[in-house]
Amino acid sequence: MNYYSIDQIGIPETKPPLLAVRGLCKYFPIRSNGLIRRKIGDVRAVDRVSFDLYRHETLGLVGESGCGKSTTVRTILRALDFTSGRAYFDPEGDGRYVDFGELSARELVPLRRSAQMIFQDPFSSLNPRMTVGSIVAEPLVIHGLARGRALEERVDEILIKVGLKPEYKNRYPHAFSGGQRQRIGIARALVMNPRFVVADEAVSALDVSVQAQVINLLDDLKHDLGLSYIFVAHDLGVVRHICDRVAVMYAGRIVEIGPVETLFEHPAHPYTRLLLASAPIPDPDRRMTPPDPGEVADAGNLPAGCAFAPRCPFASAACRSEIPELREIAPGHTAACPLAEEA
Amino acid sequence: MNPNVLEIEDLRVSFFSDEGEARAVNRVRFAVPRGKVLALVGESGCGKSVTSYSVLRLIRKPGRIVGGRILFHGADGVSTDLAALSENDPRLFDIRGNRISMIFQEPMTALSPVHTIGNQLEEVLFTHGKPSKAEARARVIEMLGRVGIPAPERRYAQYPFELSGGMRQRIVIAMAMLSRSELLIADEPTTALDVTIQAQVLALMQSLQRETGSSVLLITHDLAVVAQVADLVAVMYLGRIVERGGVREVIKSPLHPYTHGLLASLPGLHGRSERLPSIPGTVPGLFDLPEGCPFHPRCKFAKPGLCDTGEPPPETTQNGRSVCCFRAAEMAELLK
Repeated sequence: MNYYSIDQIGIPETKPPLLAVRGLCKYFPIRSNGLIRRKIGDVRAVDRVSFDLYRHETLGLVGESGCGKSTTVRTILRALDFTSGRAYFDPEGDGRYVDFGELSARELVPLRRSAQMIFQDPFSSLNPRMTVGSIVAEPLVIHGLARGRALEERVDEILIKVGLKPEYKNRYPHAFSGGQRQRIGIARALVMNPRFVVADEAVSALDVSVQAQVINLLDDLKHDLGLSYIFVAHDLGVVRHICDRVAVMYAGRIVEIGPVETLFEHPAHPYTRLLLASAPIPDPDRRMTPPDPGEVADAGNLPAGCAFAPRCPFASAACRSEIPELREIAPGHTAACPLAEEA
Repeated sequence: MNPNVLEIEDLRVSFFSDEGEARAVNRVRFAVPRGKVLALVGESGCGKSVTSYSVLRLIRKPGRIVGGRILFHGADGVSTDLAALSENDPRLFDIRGNRISMIFQEPMTALSPVHTIGNQLEEVLFTHGKPSKAEARARVIEMLGRVGIPAPERRYAQYPFELSGGMRQRIVIAMAMLSRSELLIADEPTTALDVTIQAQVLALMQSLQRETGSSVLLITHDLAVVAQVADLVAVMYLGRIVERGGVREVIKSPLHPYTHGLLASLPGLHGRSERLPSIPGTVPGLFDLPEGCPFHPRCKFAKPGLCDTGEPPPETTQNGRSVCCFRAAEMAELLK
């Protein structure tokens, strides 16, 4: 396994991140019909995505369906193989980074202890034939971290931590409500004491009263256990509540990253503005007139320049021929738009 | 003409199984005034969809309407109690899709995959009238344009799989609008859509509704959507309507602790560091309903000896509002 120092990655030492993603690409081939199935193009699901995740931080990844937010996090954790790019991760917190993209299947196994995932659907992500106790214990058993009494104790401890009674250990997932199942999924992700957790639409399937409980739980666990989250979501209210920084994705690219309040109060990219203007507000006195959204870009058939240009009211000829790069418009706030100015 | 297009009185719908009777809808009462949008809002399993399915008599075994009336007051001055009709009554076929139409949550399952868009939309016109082929085509293409489908002539000949989710939902809306029904039931019409498309579909539904003066019964779990499009709102919990009234009054000053809790737990309204207020516990199953007020085990204002004995009756308060709470009179003060 290759280790990289902070100098080799090229990050200033003042604020070393937990995860540094650089130029991540994930393309899926489009093949012709017929026997040969010749490759005739690519769906650029994730295209040159770069960002840092700092310690004890929650980074939101938002965008509409098909924008590549789930593919990004799944590729980082190597549920999918990289097309290109790097994802440097510091598993021990000692400044020795490994690159997720170049690890072999065997080298990945120990890293699973420090990087875990919480899934969206609490109904399909739990094996209906396993008891809650064995679902939560399974990661510890696979990694040979605990057995016997110690295993039981650790499972009880984490169940209490996520707000479930250890007496329920011998029940099966069907006996639990959606919110409780999501707690089981959270317990399973956290049982090995990870440092880095990806929550992929972890509260989207929950009703609002229960969603609030799970959001509070995720926030408490972050402080108690010193976790760092990538929080993939499409609900902007949830993101605003739970995230420290937010990255907005469109057609496989990050179009804007910034601190949560800056991004919500002073969005710089026209796409971010469209998203925010479209989110309904629970206030009958502030009825909105929705902007014309246009049609979402097709990742298999992207335009030459900025992917958002066909929907953008400000697009110029340059926007239609050149892909704008992310540039800093204020400290910590970057946007991929030539028109974005400091707010 | 009756000022209401739909009046539901003491509707009860139950599902029967080995475990017993699950009262999915329990003495529900509300009215949809002509030309208005009434939103039925609540969390999963509260009975909002079962209520809307009952109107078109789409409840199948083991479920059954066990009581109450569903009065449809047609523009022709004839009132029909839909709950009393037999399943094969010809009046039901005249009403379904013709005078009351429905939009479902998942636009892909509402459209036929083997017929073109044009074909499916024309079918509505042929079922409800006798236009010529050319006339039908022209009306369909005009409607496609009105629901914001770009290049309607081209889309006319395409199949549903060639369209995005947002476009498909607009096709379903076009279909409902073509039938010029007096009441449109929209069951979570934008839940499967992205936020930018949702905003557009909601705006479209509203402008078409205003234009044609039709009435809408909107089923949703999303209070923000309710605030944006509804005139009236009824909040459901465990098969009962716990509170109803004008959308502004209910959202700005809820009188039932459940409505208050739902509104408070919406994220994004509070500062970053604040804890999100949540309603403790979970919704109980329909087979183990608590005694007394169904909300009392989760209610922070529940009074022992009062809220856990007998069900609170709906109390009508000022300006047509109604709330089901034993402590309704003090609630306005308590919730401040």
